[in-house]
Amino acid sequence: MNLLLTFRVAIHALGRNKMRSGLTMLGIIIGVGAVIAMVAIGQGASAQIQAQIANLGNNMLYVIAGSQSQGGMRGGAGSITTLVPEDVDAIERECPSVKAASPNVGANGQLIYGNQNWVASSGINGTNEKFPEIRLWPIAEGDFFTEGDVRTAARVCVIGQTVKDNLFSGSDPVGQTMRIRNLPFRVIGVLSAKGQNQYGQDQDDTVIVPYTTAQKKMLSITWIRMAMVSAISPAATFTAQTQIEDLLRQRHKLGPNQENDFFVRNLTDVAEAADQSSKIMTNLLASIAGVSLLVGGIGIMNIMLVSVTERTREIGIRMAIGARSAAIRRQFLIESITLSVVGGIFGIALGIVATIVIAKTLNWPTLVSAWAIFASVVFSVLVGVAFGYYPARKAAGLDPIDALRYE
Amino acid sequence: MEAQVITETNYASDPLLGPALITLDHVHKTYQMGDIEIHALRGVSLHIDRGEFIAIMGASGSGKSTTMNILGCLDKPTRGHYSLDGQDVSTLSRDELADIRNRKIGFVFQGFNLLSRTSALENVELPMLYLGLKTSERVQRAKEALEIVGLGDRMNNMPNQLSGGQQQRVAIARSLVNQPSIILADEPTGNLDSRTSVEVMDVFQQLNRERGITIALVTHEPDIAQYARRTIVFKDGRIKNDYMIKDPRSAREELESLPAIDEDDEDEE
Repeated sequence: MNLLLTFRVAIHALGRNKMRSGLTMLGIIIGVGAVIAMVAIGQGASAQIQAQIANLGNNMLYVIAGSQSQGGMRGGAGSITTLVPEDVDAIERECPSVKAASPNVGANGQLIYGNQNWVASSGINGTNEKFPEIRLWPIAEGDFFTEGDVRTAARVCVIGQTVKDNLFSGSDPVGQTMRIRNLPFRVIGVLSAKGQNQYGQDQDDTVIVPYTTAQKKMLSITWIRMAMVSAISPAATFTAQTQIEDLLRQRHKLGPNQENDFFVRNLTDVAEAADQSSKIMTNLLASIAGVSLLVGGIGIMNIMLVSVTERTREIGIRMAIGARSAAIRRQFLIESITLSVVGGIFGIALGIVATIVIAKTLNWPTLVSAWAIFASVVFSVLVGVAFGYYPARKAAGLDPIDALRYE
Repeated sequence: MEAQVITETNYASDPLLGPALITLDHVHKTYQMGDIEIHALRGVSLHIDRGEFIAIMGASGSGKSTTMNILGCLDKPTRGHYSLDGQDVSTLSRDELADIRNRKIGFVFQGFNLLSRTSALENVELPMLYLGLKTSERVQRAKEALEIVGLGDRMNNMPNQLSGGQQQRVAIARSLVNQPSIILADEPTGNLDSRTSVEVMDVFQQLNRERGITIALVTHEPDIAQYARRTIVFKDGRIKNDYMIKDPRSAREELESLPAIDEDDEDEE
């Protein structure tokens, strides 16, 4: 008897008891659905964290000026004035794990173009020409400013998308002159859209100017608030941190008993840890869901065993009229595989629907992966074979005389 | 009507007519139940020729069921030989026996043994599934078999929509659909009322008379045995009597003499 025919016999046998077949499948449906939904939630979280990591920049560390203590009163981070652009040059030059570094000074103030005015929520940022490389933030239109612009403290600026939208309302900003804190600046470029950072701040609502320009023409300072540093690799962020700390302690002539007058924040490190934990969570969720799939499989075995007992006479009839043991075994095996595979297909549908519902109602990031679907299908076939084999073998091993006489 | 009995004879197959359809040669069957050996058959020798219609009788425990199981290739003799259609089947493997059952033996049981929730047609198709026939041929042959037993108009009924007599006729159609060498019927009228029993015996007699199909039926009812043309009586694992019935009862004639009954009134589950 060929396979297609056996398959039809099996389908027919399952169709004779739709209620029971349906309930048996339910175990697999819920199991596969749970695996897919859980993996989708886990991978959604992971993907979101990955996106944030990519948003953070190129293996980035921030070196932030420390707080100033005077007579017991401590100012906030960045209040100390010991961090200077030369420190940044030294970091880039002398720390082997550092690829690039840029000073960063911040300012606030009104932006004016024509009859429009705007205050950028992410402020006015002074950096050097390496900003796009360090932040992994490419230019969309025009150019970024050059090392020459930085050296000469040129009055040029690059604007974010939000600033462009609010000040220039559709017209091309590149080459236009706008006023920042009442000083005229030439717009030489527009940054590509970056979106929100992980704290919900609109990163595109910003203006980038050479840090020298910000220092001299806006703030009249020589120190910097912080430095952005790009390490050569994600793993190198740790060594870069140590190297920066050692270098700055030395440059700032801090004795062994003195605290750092700066902080180094390793963003990649934090994000990698978050990513790691979300991956662990994904695996955990998938394992729990996998247990329900296993329970579903045991349900199939249970039903198949009941079915073999209940259909002993049918098996006897089939044997009497000439079914070989292998044909009986195949029939029951295909029945259980059919239950598990059809259950698996419905389970995939359930999993996708559940994922969509979770994503919509709880507003969680989700990602249904083809991999999870494929694995579920493979796993449900395996469940069908594994848990169907024993009952099928039991059926095939029956003695036809006893089976026929079975009441 | 009483059937006439002729004297006991020894049926050796005639060498001029070729080998008998079935030859049992000193067949023994012993079951081991714990420490006790049960001798179900103690040396049974038997010849059945093509076209015979045999009733096998005997009390329970006489060995008639064991003989039927061996004849039906459901069981193997402990000792002795069984040759079916010129082939010694007493040493075949389980799968080979399954193939023999499929091709050469048709079974009819007391309890009908149809697959439930499966139409008459599909029930009759079943043996051909295991023979590996194409769908079109299966359907055609199943329809023919159902027409032979007079159920051409009930093909798509489920067993629970058929009366007992009709179910047994579906079972007979199933047994003959692979054109077997012999149909073995185990108490085929045991679950039927007397009129339906006669109807079923009529089907058997027709198959035997008109198509030359060899039939062996086990029964404990002497009335039923008298529709056959030969009776073999078992006792204590041996053949006690083996005789021809000179003038078997004719189910057809008896049916014609009975008042007609609407078939739908005889429904029984």
